Amino acid sequence: MSRIHVNTTINGDAVDYLCEAEDTLLDVLRDQLDLTGSKEGCASGDCGACTVELDGRLVCSCLVLGAEAGGRTVNTIEGMADGDVLHPLQKNFIEKAALQCGICTPGILVAAKNLLDHNPDPSEEEVRYWLAGNLCRCTGYDKIIRAVLDTAAEMRGAA
Amino acid sequence: MAKDEFEKREFKIVGTRVPRPDGLDKVTGRARYGADMSAPGMLFGYCLRSPHAHARIKSIDTSEAEAMPGVKAVVTRADFTHVPASGGTKDILDNVMAGEKALYDGHTVAAVAANSRSAAKAALKAIKVDYEVLPHVTDVDEAMKPGAPELHQGRQQESVPEGFSQNVLARSQYGHGDVDAGFAKADIIVERSFKTAATHQGYIEPHACLASMGNDNQADLFCCTQGHFMVRNTCADIMGMESGRLRVTASEIGGGFGGKTTVFLEPVALMLSKKSGKPVKMTMSRDEVMRASGPTASTSIDIKIGVKKDGTVTAATGDFRYQSGCFYSMNGALGAMCGFAPYDLENLKTVGWEVVTNRPKAAAYRAPGAPMAAFAVESVMDEIAKELGMDPIDLRLLNGAEEGTKAAYGPTYPAIGLKATLKAAKAHPHWSAPLGENQGRGVGCGFWFNFGGNTSVSLMINPDGTVNLSEGNPDIGGSRASMSMMAAEELGIPYEQIRTIVADTASLGENDVTDGSRVTFAVGLATIKAARHAIEIMKGRAAATWGIDADAVEWVDGAAQPAGPNAGKFPPLTLKDIAATMSKTGGPISGHHEANAEGAGVSFGTHICDTEVDPETGAVKILRYTVFQDAGKAVHPDYVEGQLQGGAVQGIGWALNEEYIYGEDGTLQNAGYLDYRIPVASDLPMIEPVILEIPNPGHPYGVRGVGETGIVPPLATIANAVSRAAGVRMTSLPMSPPKLLAAIKAN
Repeated sequence: MSRIHVNTTINGDAVDYLCEAEDTLLDVLRDQLDLTGSKEGCASGDCGACTVELDGRLVCSCLVLGAEAGGRTVNTIEGMADGDVLHPLQKNFIEKAALQCGICTPGILVAAKNLLDHNPDPSEEEVRYWLAGNLCRCTGYDKIIRAVLDTAAEMRGAA
Repeated sequence: MAKDEFEKREFKIVGTRVPRPDGLDKVTGRARYGADMSAPGMLFGYCLRSPHAHARIKSIDTSEAEAMPGVKAVVTRADFTHVPASGGTKDILDNVMAGEKALYDGHTVAAVAANSRSAAKAALKAIKVDYEVLPHVTDVDEAMKPGAPELHQGRQQESVPEGFSQNVLARSQYGHGDVDAGFAKADIIVERSFKTAATHQGYIEPHACLASMGNDNQADLFCCTQGHFMVRNTCADIMGMESGRLRVTASEIGGGFGGKTTVFLEPVALMLSKKSGKPVKMTMSRDEVMRASGPTASTSIDIKIGVKKDGTVTAATGDFRYQSGCFYSMNGALGAMCGFAPYDLENLKTVGWEVVTNRPKAAAYRAPGAPMAAFAVESVMDEIAKELGMDPIDLRLLNGAEEGTKAAYGPTYPAIGLKATLKAAKAHPHWSAPLGENQGRGVGCGFWFNFGGNTSVSLMINPDGTVNLSEGNPDIGGSRASMSMMAAEELGIPYEQIRTIVADTASLGENDVTDGSRVTFAVGLATIKAARHAIEIMKGRAAATWGIDADAVEWVDGAAQPAGPNAGKFPPLTLKDIAATMSKTGGPISGHHEANAEGAGVSFGTHICDTEVDPETGAVKILRYTVFQDAGKAVHPDYVEGQLQGGAVQGIGWALNEEYIYGEDGTLQNAGYLDYRIPVASDLPMIEPVILEIPNPGHPYGVRGVGETGIVPPLATIANAVSRAAGVRMTSLPMSPPKLLAAIKAN
């Protein structure tokens, strides 16, 4: 089976890979590039565990083909911290117990960071609707929503 | 006696909110879950699943698939030649690889391993299975009737009376007193029937594993599970190998809620690996998770309660009919034991039924069997309160269980927290807040047994004074943090000085599964005892250093010191001091503890919920939700709150949306998150947790399990709120908009 050669940028690094036509971006990230922080919970775009940024927009990487990432910019959970300095959302998710099992956490963090990049002062309702595409089965969302709101306030204070 | 374990003390670390040791890995994407591990030369394995609800497998032809490029192994039931020693494991084998019959839509009939995902999936399509489709049954009441399509023959226990199909496997009865005499004394009797749909645990991480087995009959397995020792024992029995030759390592686990307390892919992956001679990774799709891994039971329940005009219950009966999929599972009996557990009843009779149907074998789901039973009982209690014009909390306080009450399932309760949760609920501002139009408030109580079980813990003192703790229970809710906290508390050293890991099956003694809300209780108890063991050794080293009796040494704030003025005058030796010199004072120091822990304290909770019903659409909005639960002692309050919040929200999903929908042909119609809708962030308000601490006499710190009870009251609580908001009693779950709208219109 012939494979497709793709040049792209992932977490700021130029990356190239060969993929089959049917491979999703999530398959490529996980199986070929060992970026296993993005999770497969459903492969149908319903759970958000594979959420990444594609050219700055949130997408479910299970709904994007690996071939489609050519010439574009992909940001995953592995690129969220700055070296050993955690993003304030990452720090607060640990400190405020906003995770239990942690399987949804990468997708939620990527989505929440994208929200705060666009809207530094979201209401609780805005956070809840923004994250409505990211399923969490452990927490009931309470501590996640609080951690995002607290982080937004903290980042506004620091700005 | 386990009862005497509790000692009142001032805590320094227990009860604080420290960061969890697995936090960094989980927020950076580094944490390795079941599907995140790879091995050199690894193959990908996939299952072929039955498209029929019930079918005889006449033949399977794998020859074409085996000849396809990249395919390294194909297995069917014919490859599993060893007959498991345990009957329960035989059922598990029948569930993970169908034998003579496929018993449900999604039942595995064959599996393939190939060198790419696409090659394996292509090969699945080339396997030819000749099925003889048989009549099927998926409803519990239909399955019980004589003449229903029968799944098995000869499995019915003697407890089942005549007049039922072979699908009824067992009947059990509980209670005390004379219910006929009790009902004769009642002024009001309410009798209702209820139905609840099957729901799925809904963990976001699908089942996954990586197996490596050679022809030396030695194997390694990495998998997401709630109990890797259980995986080892079960898989060894299925594979016909000695358990010591199979090492199982638990991955990080992406949610379980009871659904990962058995095996699905693991024996299949081992067989594919054995046959191909290569490591095999298997992952389930969401569709496979829904169709073939453990949903909970669906139920049909009758409840009858008689009361005097003052609200005193004179008698109660319950008939709990549970279908648990295609194999025996104890669920109806648990419903029969738990439904009335919050009450002090003079006359009670409950009966539980275990029924098989053409659905996937039920797995445990957070307090298995109890939420549905509580839904039925608490709904009738609410109706009685309404009829009497009585505050529903007062009705429950009047009849509530307390220390000394003979429990619905037999024993007499020690100190319990039910009434404390009811009183806290009544005093909370939520209970008296005003309600608007189309809004209703519900209350409900729930009970869970909690469990102790086999536990091994090892605690190692390192030369620099740091401490490593090995436990054998996958951490699903922050237990590594809790264990480090309890060890730090006992040793008198900072939390940061301890690192807790989940050891593999070859590195630690036997451990029961992470279930029954047992870990913080039982592993915590073993951790405390392992720390005490290490302290005894360290006191001995200090005594030898000082040349005094070990009895004359006490351990205070992380250091050995002479016990009183008669012991002699020596400056304290800290844990670090003793660790630094241990090679000269007798060698390495480790504490350990192994026990089949008893004394898990039972747990009660009371929930309050406000709902608003849209009379035009039947949609329900959760406006406010408050959880009151007895935690005994909250070791890490954040994670206790997380359990209460998470349990409540799973209950909200069960009450309002979630259900397994089967078509006429017996196939599952909604095997995905789009059509099986679990609550999302925008469906919910904040969930307020109120933790009560009534110490469990069976634990040194008073700890009770908290993981499961939180899902028991919500179904009833929400149904009571909805019924009051809509003005019509809802007796069937989920209360989906079409169902609620039809009920409103029929009213």
